[in-house]
Amino acid sequence: MDYEVKLEIFEGPLDLLLHLINKNEVDIFDIPIATITDQYLEYLDVMKSLNINVAGDFLVMASTLIHIKSKMLLPELKDEEEEDPREEITRPLLEYMLFREIAGELSEREVLDRDVFARKMSDYLQTQIEHEEPLMDVNLFQLMDAFKRIVDQRLPGVQLKLQIAKWSVKEKTELIISILRQKRDIFFSELFSEDRTISEFIVTFLALLEVIHIGLVKIFQPISEGEIRLLAYFDEDEG
Amino acid sequence: MNKQLKLIVEAFLFTADRPISVQDIHGWLPEETLSEIRKALEELRGEYDSMERSFALKEVASGYQFRTHSKYAPYVLRMLKTSPTRLSRAALETLAIVAYKQPVLRQEIERLRAVDVGGILKTLLEKDLIRIMGRKTFPGRPLIYGTTRKFLEVFDLKNLESLPKLKEIEGFGSDEGQSAQSLGERQQLVEIKGEEETASDEKETSEGNDHAPPSLR
Repeated sequence: MDYEVKLEIFEGPLDLLLHLINKNEVDIFDIPIATITDQYLEYLDVMKSLNINVAGDFLVMASTLIHIKSKMLLPELKDEEEEDPREEITRPLLEYMLFREIAGELSEREVLDRDVFARKMSDYLQTQIEHEEPLMDVNLFQLMDAFKRIVDQRLPGVQLKLQIAKWSVKEKTELIISILRQKRDIFFSELFSEDRTISEFIVTFLALLEVIHIGLVKIFQPISEGEIRLLAYFDEDEG
Repeated sequence: MNKQLKLIVEAFLFTADRPISVQDIHGWLPEETLSEIRKALEELRGEYDSMERSFALKEVASGYQFRTHSKYAPYVLRMLKTSPTRLSRAALETLAIVAYKQPVLRQEIERLRAVDVGGILKTLLEKDLIRIMGRKTFPGRPLIYGTTRKFLEVFDLKNLESLPKLKEIEGFGSDEGQSAQSLGERQQLVEIKGEEETASDEKETSEGNDHAPPSLR
């Protein structure tokens, strides 16, 4: 096949397909599947030859296209109910075009801090609300160290072994969120102030990891080696 | 008294660093009725418009806020010494899907975009444009995503209902086989919704879906 492949960066397989459909000036409701599939595969080859890592998403679409192409080659069953095999890509393409258009419309709006500006929170207020001291991120290992220190302090001589918990992680998660909803900002050790048994400590810790993971809580530590602090990362009426 | 109220409201607006709502103002001035406050806000808005200032009183995220007109953006950016808010096309597309399909799972977003969106979701979460609304209870406990108030503020939207309406996809929906299939999909959706763990805002949910043509469900 003799046609020019111009390399563009496509966000994904649907982008590439739309590009090919536009370039060939074909009707999206009547895609010449053989031509488009060949061009699509050729494009992937070019990407490979240029050592561009072809994402798995592109390969999934390639196999879908080949599958449709093979279905189209089968003698047509005279069944009116049978749907056009090409709908498997036409529908996603149409949906994708719709959201691409909406994305364009969103971008054309008067975007805050790009087109229009409003009063900013003053630096003075911001530092009051946040912290007096610069903060650094805390990693999992620091968090585990802090946890170990608290357990050593509060339950000396107890070995860290997982037991069947009286508390569920879900309950503790809800407890942490409700505390943070009121206080917004607490010390790491405060989390464990009500805990009595080692299993309770562990469940609280697991619940903390959960709320950090889903992004409801940020953990920080003042640079000058203070105690780790938890900041609520949701609005009072959310979460 | 009316003039007095208008000026008090103006003082609130002048000082606030976020859009303030009629309810917010009523909370600070319980002696004034909601309709009086609304009237004061509307009068102020009209006055600022007729004064042809460099800013206007805008209605965003269910509140009111002074915002500069877009033609002054290049100058304001010089003062702020920052680069303007920028979102990639991929991020905007993902955000559009979350906005219209919320409450939505990552899996559904990836089906619509046919690419992995993990990194983009993280960016959007960090920018506080989307939020985690909860988790599904079925295996894997996938997260449910929705947009934030900040999303409304950034994109100059009064509320979710003021998002541009989705157009019908031409060619689909008239076909009988097609509508039977989308009905099946809808039932599946209802089943999944029944299992939802969080009590998501029903109003938002139903109205969000109203934008979607039947063939999209």
